[in-house]
Amino acid sequence: MTVSESLDSIVRIAESVRSGGCSAEAIARETLSRVEAREPSVRAFLHVDHEGFVAAARAVDAKRARGEELGLLAGVPIAIKDALCMKGVPTTAASRILEGYKPVYDATVVARLRAADATLVGKTNLDEFAMGSSNENSAFAPVHNPWDLSRAPGGSSGGSAAAVSSRMCLGSLGSDTGGSIRQPASFCGIVGVKPTYGRVSRYGLIAFASSLDQVGPFATDVRGAARMLRVLAGHDPHDATSLDAPVDDYEAACDRPVAGLRVGIPREYFGPGLDPEVDMAVRRAISCLEQYGCTVKPVSMPHTKYAVATYYVLATAEASSNLARFDGVRFGLRKEPDHDLRSMYGATRDAGFGPEVKRRILLGTFVLSSGFYDAYYLKAQKVRTLITRDFEAAFQEVDVLCAPTAPTTAFRLGEKTHDPLAMYLSDIDTLPASLAGIPALSVPVGLSANGLPIGLQVMAPHLHEARAFAVAAACERHDALHVGAPAAFP
Amino acid sequence: MTTYEPVIGLEVHAQLLTKTKAFCSCSTRFGAEPNSQTCPTCLGLPGALPVLNRHAVELAIRAGLSVDCTVRQTSRFARKNYFYPDLPKGYQISQFDEPICENGKLDLMMGEGDGAYVRHVRIQRMHMEEDAGKNLHDRGSDSIVDLNRSGTPLIETVTEPDLRSAAEAGEYLRSLRDIFVFANVNDGNLEEGSFRCDANVSIRPVGVEKFGTRVELKNINSFRFVEKAIIAEIKRQEECMRTGERIVQETRGWNDATGTTFSLRSKEEAQDYRYFPEPDLPPLVVSPAQIEAVRATLPERPRDKRSRYVTSMGITAYAAGVLTGHPKIAAFFEAAVAAGADAQKASNFIQAEVLRDVTTKGVEAEIPLSAAQLVELLGLVESGAVSGKQAKEIYAALRGTGQSAKAVVAALGLEQMSDEGALEAIVRKTIDGNPKQAEQLRGGKVGLMGFFVGQAMKETGGSANPAMLNGVIKRLLSIT
Repeated sequence: MTVSESLDSIVRIAESVRSGGCSAEAIARETLSRVEAREPSVRAFLHVDHEGFVAAARAVDAKRARGEELGLLAGVPIAIKDALCMKGVPTTAASRILEGYKPVYDATVVARLRAADATLVGKTNLDEFAMGSSNENSAFAPVHNPWDLSRAPGGSSGGSAAAVSSRMCLGSLGSDTGGSIRQPASFCGIVGVKPTYGRVSRYGLIAFASSLDQVGPFATDVRGAARMLRVLAGHDPHDATSLDAPVDDYEAACDRPVAGLRVGIPREYFGPGLDPEVDMAVRRAISCLEQYGCTVKPVSMPHTKYAVATYYVLATAEASSNLARFDGVRFGLRKEPDHDLRSMYGATRDAGFGPEVKRRILLGTFVLSSGFYDAYYLKAQKVRTLITRDFEAAFQEVDVLCAPTAPTTAFRLGEKTHDPLAMYLSDIDTLPASLAGIPALSVPVGLSANGLPIGLQVMAPHLHEARAFAVAAACERHDALHVGAPAAFP
Repeated sequence: MTTYEPVIGLEVHAQLLTKTKAFCSCSTRFGAEPNSQTCPTCLGLPGALPVLNRHAVELAIRAGLSVDCTVRQTSRFARKNYFYPDLPKGYQISQFDEPICENGKLDLMMGEGDGAYVRHVRIQRMHMEEDAGKNLHDRGSDSIVDLNRSGTPLIETVTEPDLRSAAEAGEYLRSLRDIFVFANVNDGNLEEGSFRCDANVSIRPVGVEKFGTRVELKNINSFRFVEKAIIAEIKRQEECMRTGERIVQETRGWNDATGTTFSLRSKEEAQDYRYFPEPDLPPLVVSPAQIEAVRATLPERPRDKRSRYVTSMGITAYAAGVLTGHPKIAAFFEAAVAAGADAQKASNFIQAEVLRDVTTKGVEAEIPLSAAQLVELLGLVESGAVSGKQAKEIYAALRGTGQSAKAVVAALGLEQMSDEGALEAIVRKTIDGNPKQAEQLRGGKVGLMGFFVGQAMKETGGSANPAMLNGVIKRLLSIT
């Protein structure tokens, strides 16, 4: 097997490195040559950590040479969304305000990947502070969808999705606040998992909306994502919201039969605005699940229609507070037009934040303001509870819920940048699971007539990621749902 | 002329006595090199998260119970948002609508004699929060920020507007500080800023129910200044009333040089803190069992101690006050009494001798001898083995050594002469040598008793057992 051939799945790479069939350094070199060839057209990375990456690969090989057992992700090249802190490596959240900033510590998820002997390629592009659905809010450059370079990869974790989709690496980390892993996974034809809120540590993730943010993996296949989550999941004493619950063997779950599983189809996800091609592909996937012996049941989740409004109140409220620390005092950008504190704050934040970030800080500041708090923030918290109850009720009747991940396939770069509301609506199908804190993933189940990938969203009850993996793996196994790699990036 | 009544409410910020900060494991030690006790969390670095210090929770519960608060089984942290260089996250983690403790009380014993009265002060709430850092402006043209204090756990105690004079405010602060120090939740150190106070002051015509416009006095760093500032502020407000000037709701500071308060900022400049529940921390849940466990270890309050010393130990109110001046001294005194010392004698000896050698720092105190040593020493005096005067000498040699009192007595050769036969021989010799004085004393000139005692003491090098010596002199000269 050549290095290039082994570079087609996370599990295969890890096993060949663990068994000595392939050196981690050879894989790292192949990865870098792919990055060199493909990155100029995709622009997935903000920083490629050439030296650290190769050094990590050599360290893995040396560890094996010493006869030590290697971790589950031995020699697997993984890219890290630039909202996650990596010690000594530039970390910007795609914002001017953090240009040149180098964290003094590793995010817990980064440390866990390292401990599993993964090799970290670099930092991927995103919408500034993870605020956006197309990656066009990056302060530095937009990312191009590997299936059609004129289209957006989705967002906010667009760089992480495009890096995997273009096979520059086979796994990456994203963060999902309202769909930022699932929607780009759908647009880029790969697997993306948003775990249960609290399943994976947020320590070291630059916060957007703390009660919604969750780190999760992207992979070319379901099993690879399952293995990554196995490594990432588990309690972290540095994150008070991380759950102290046992971590399932998600990889084993990929082989679990789905016969008898009750699949719920929430009708609210199939309303107006849904692209007919997406509708058709999702229904075809559901009928494939029926062929495997699943029972399909329509369900109703009446509060789904409030998810967008609820989300944009709560997420912006939290963001307005989370982004207060970017004040020019201790790190990052500082602008001092006058020798005066107030003008330093104003000038720094004005120059450092892009328009979407400013819009959200203003929105969030408004909804928390005295006199408006009850009408907006408090009301939204109540609706969030109602949305959560919709899920609880649905999961009384079904084991998983299947729906589109996004209402459309990847849209063109520039298509929605002047219409923030249209942009917000591209998250309409992913927001409810975020608000409820339940696990949800996107698995590719088909291509549109113009060759763009379509994702199926599988949602499961709290901490039942294994069940979602079983369903996603079943879809992946079905020949009728095969998607594969984009033609330009085999 | 209208008489006005002051209405005062107090807010006290007290640092909880934890070794580490509220939301990270950095040290809370005072006085370290700037920014040497910091980490990503208390520096507010991107991605860092808070994790609650459980010891701080225990101390907060303890503080609450010590002033009869109800402890909430579920309380919640909230973010108080504002920009300031010493506030690294741009928000302070505090508690807002669900504080950990509520509805406490503290009764103040005011005045003396016929003017004595009790002021009931209701404590509205106590909430946990983190301290900010410190801006330093003494290093050249730039200001620097020291974040060593950032994230230090505080408990804020808020009263209802129940106080009616500066003296009451002062008494409240001293009482609360004493209670906290005895409960071991705060070191009571005003100089290092671990106990700080803000006062809300308004006045209203006597008999009027409605409160006047409230002024907040902030950043006053001693009890004396708080009292002075309140007096000055009351006077200022009365003056406003008389001249018809409007009292505006504002925050004022205290200028000790001029003896006046001055405006810091008006209500219009007041911030909208945009409080909302802290999403990085789950609700704080404490079980009834936890609360009861803390209650069970709650120490006696200083006031209860004082009255117990007076009523059941028979010592004076003044002495009781001195002995309860510091929890470690009270504990030392009580340990000595528990080990058999006479309360009165232990109290006297501690006040007369030991206290001047005691050094205190916060809740810690260095006492130069152990309770056991004190008990042994007082026992030697009691049995007549040494005189009271010798006890002082023995104490001076004993302090800081850990030696037993008996060993010191032996080393100094201070064993008291209690051999009645030998004393009799010495007294006879004195009588024989001074027949005139002996006759006078026998004849009733009792003042000469001292002469004979003195002569015997001289003979024995001061080691004669005074009581026995007295007895021998009286017997030999047939004095009744």
